[in-house]
Amino acid sequence: MPKITIKDVGRENQIFRNRAIVSVGIITVMFLIIIARLVVLQVLEHDHFKTLSHENRVKVVPIAPTRGLIFSRDGQVLAENRPSFNLEVVPERVRDIDDTVQRLLAHVEISEDEIKRFKRSLKRKRRFENVTLKYNLSEEEVSRFSVNRHWFSGVDIVAHANRYYPFASDTAHVIGYVARINERELQSLDATNYSATSHMGKSGIEKNYEEILHGTVGYQQVEINAQGRVLRVLERTPPIPGDNLHLSLDMGLQETAIEALGQNRGSVVAIEPATGEVLALVSTPGFDPNLFVNGISSRMYSALRDSTDRPLFNRALQGQYPPGSTIKPLLGMVALERGFRAPEDSTWCPGFFQLAGREHKYRCWKKHGHGHVDLEEAIMQSCDVYFYALAQDMGIDAMYSSLSAFSLGKRTGIDLPGERSGLMPSRQWKRKARSLPWYPGETLITGIGQGFTLSTPLQLASATATMSMQGRFFQPHLLKYSVDATQQTRDVPAKISGKLMYKGKQENWQQVTQAMVNVVHSPTGTARKAGEGASYQFAGKTGTAQVFTIKQDEDPKKRKDVAEYLRDHALFIAFAPAQEPTIAIAILVENGGSGSAAAAPIARRLFDYYLLDKSQENSDQGS
Amino acid sequence: MPLLLGLLVVCSLGLFVLYSASGENMDVIYRQLVRIGVGFAVMLAVAQIPPHKLARWSPWMYGLGVLLLIAVLLVGDIGKGAQRWLDLGVFRFQPSEMMKLAVPMVVAAYLHDRPLPPDMFRIGVCAVLIVVPVVLTARQPDLGTSLLMASAGVFVLFVAGISWRFISISGLLAIGATPLLWLNMHDYQRRRVLTMLDPEQDPLGSGYHIIQSKIAVGSGGLYGKGWLNGTQSHLEFLPERSTDFIFAVFSEEFGLIGVLLLMLLYSFILLRGLYIATEAQGTFGRLLAAGLILTFFIYIFVNMGMVIGQLPVVGVPLPLISYGGTSLVTLMAGFGILMSVHTHRRLLSH
Repeated sequence: MPKITIKDVGRENQIFRNRAIVSVGIITVMFLIIIARLVVLQVLEHDHFKTLSHENRVKVVPIAPTRGLIFSRDGQVLAENRPSFNLEVVPERVRDIDDTVQRLLAHVEISEDEIKRFKRSLKRKRRFENVTLKYNLSEEEVSRFSVNRHWFSGVDIVAHANRYYPFASDTAHVIGYVARINERELQSLDATNYSATSHMGKSGIEKNYEEILHGTVGYQQVEINAQGRVLRVLERTPPIPGDNLHLSLDMGLQETAIEALGQNRGSVVAIEPATGEVLALVSTPGFDPNLFVNGISSRMYSALRDSTDRPLFNRALQGQYPPGSTIKPLLGMVALERGFRAPEDSTWCPGFFQLAGREHKYRCWKKHGHGHVDLEEAIMQSCDVYFYALAQDMGIDAMYSSLSAFSLGKRTGIDLPGERSGLMPSRQWKRKARSLPWYPGETLITGIGQGFTLSTPLQLASATATMSMQGRFFQPHLLKYSVDATQQTRDVPAKISGKLMYKGKQENWQQVTQAMVNVVHSPTGTARKAGEGASYQFAGKTGTAQVFTIKQDEDPKKRKDVAEYLRDHALFIAFAPAQEPTIAIAILVENGGSGSAAAAPIARRLFDYYLLDKSQENSDQGS
Repeated sequence: MPLLLGLLVVCSLGLFVLYSASGENMDVIYRQLVRIGVGFAVMLAVAQIPPHKLARWSPWMYGLGVLLLIAVLLVGDIGKGAQRWLDLGVFRFQPSEMMKLAVPMVVAAYLHDRPLPPDMFRIGVCAVLIVVPVVLTARQPDLGTSLLMASAGVFVLFVAGISWRFISISGLLAIGATPLLWLNMHDYQRRRVLTMLDPEQDPLGSGYHIIQSKIAVGSGGLYGKGWLNGTQSHLEFLPERSTDFIFAVFSEEFGLIGVLLLMLLYSFILLRGLYIATEAQGTFGRLLAAGLILTFFIYIFVNMGMVIGQLPVVGVPLPLISYGGTSLVTLMAGFGILMSVHTHRRLLSH
């Protein structure tokens, strides 16, 4: 084809005319295709569709699956479904909605909030979809409305299953709760599978295992008459209920821990070291998850949110505290392994430590000093000076790399949402986060678990379990197994099980364990009271986490008011029995003061329950 | 003017269908009336702009539109699982609607002062001009609108006279690229295609639309059940019955006879539009008019095909009849351009 360089108007017109004619032809053919299809549907198959539409007015209605139940390891029901009765309105069948609501007030108590919420969801839903006016009618309301039902076309009582948590606040931070699905969540859900579902897991186990708890939607084809009333069910595909979950949580231990914490704000995490199964996970104070299921009133919610005790805050997973002296056994182990110290090497503790050429005194908690201490005594009496000196010798880099091996500063990966990672500081971290170099003094205080170091109670419990297993890490997890609708049991193994995170010599582990045993069983150990008269041996370590110190020039009156909140946090880690441990725990008591007085006795109570009372109970039942 | 008359007839017919589809809701009718009013006002306003001015504005409109599409992808509001809207505070704006006009305009403006039929290089430039906004819109994801945008651009090229050999080769290539398209589709888009092939497979989910709309159409028969007597639509079997699936209500109540009549009305508008295009004098006006009117046909074909289960469900309304403001205003603006092409030709020639 010759290359055209000038516009040839005549030719262009000709081409265009041709194309227009072709277009008309194509349009005609395509319209004919549609007409042919219409003839098939409307003439040839008309009778078939007429039957479908006229005689069988079939409507497909989704049926929500039953949500799986949640059990504890000792067979308690932690989450169940209870029937509840809701008042629901089909907007299209109600002539005057405002008038109907007004008349309903005579029979059923409906608050302003509920009416507002109803009006909001009215706008969102289609005219033929049920809109709930009031959840959880009392029996009296159900019967009062039923008698007067004929006055209210388009209004009906519908039975639903309501999630209920029998242990309420005691399991709130583990199980979490379900609540109504909001619009944002609706976008990310499988629309078909959730077409009949109103609630979903919002936190805790309920959220983490939403997928297996929910189940699969069923549906039924129903025949309805000209007014839309259901005449009969034609075909039913039943929904498949969600799996029941069996958790490793020991409710007896959980309740004992809550009781032992009493009015304190704090947290207890107990783990079975050989499996990583979480036996107890407590954060006090708790809150009643049942309040959230059908929507908590904004007043109640702000009361919970604004409480200075922070009941909504999951301290076990999200509370980040300096680990304090509880990291001393780990540092001691690393010192032995790397040859920074031999067991018999001793340090002179005059009650303080000074960096060469500096004035500042880094103080030991014991004002007049411990005298000569070796590693065992240093752990047993929690001598700070020994660990200042050790930290100085090791340096921050060696401390960072070896403590990271015990998963400090990393999420444990527990099967609960919202876990925080804590912080194991390093030179790089400080340069990046603070744009400052690392100072030698910071190495010292890192050696006693203060300064930048942060860990969650869960991390401490997990590190303790790893220590008790001589460096083997079993990822903490709550789900033991699930049982589906056909009674098939499915084990849910943890992702990491028995991975050797820190390789150490047998005798060094023994050395450190012995020192921890002495903490509670030696007459000079810091937690000797907790170990008094125990019929089994356990290993422990006290700790104190410093709370931000108040400025000297602050208003003294204010200081008095907040005094309790400025006290140190008490910490205790322990495992028992000391040889072949079956339980490892971490205890935190916020503003509890010293670890030995506030936290260690709680450990004793839990061990007594878990190792003595419980086996007692079992043998009682057996006889 | 015959075109105006045709539009008025179809719009009024639409109001009757909408009244039935909305469950005899006068509020809906009033709202739609306002939209039709706005649509006609926009159309008459656009009709006053001479084509050469439109041609000059085209690149700017196009550039602005592409920028807005990118903005929507970055910050847009999420409506029905897709990001289409840009919240401008006072009102929400859907840039992809504007691009339905801007794409054919910019392609026509580009070809306007260049020799036709276009050579390979110019076809390539046009292809890029079309593909960029189409891909951006498909990413939102809004398959329906991107399809309409693409057809508008491609039709302009088609009437500009690209060779049949080229058309058939790219057609073959397109078929070859289908698997690639499949891989890039969203899950819900794939599901729609699968559902169209076998709606019974998913009677509760995506198949529901098609099953119910086929029942509606089929049970309408030759003569239909009569206005306001459709059962499928009135017993709420049919989802989206005032918007994308309004054709099902129409076929149920007016039957095959009614549908043929509607097609006749549409054909009148189509033929009139093509006539305006052939009579146009400037290349820009001629190409643009033809591109727009052929896109109007694509609306009709895709919507009807989807309702009777021949094409997958993509969000394309039945033009001038479906409930909804944005696409109506765009359509009317398009007809405004057609009118402008027509009236300004007269002014020039006489």
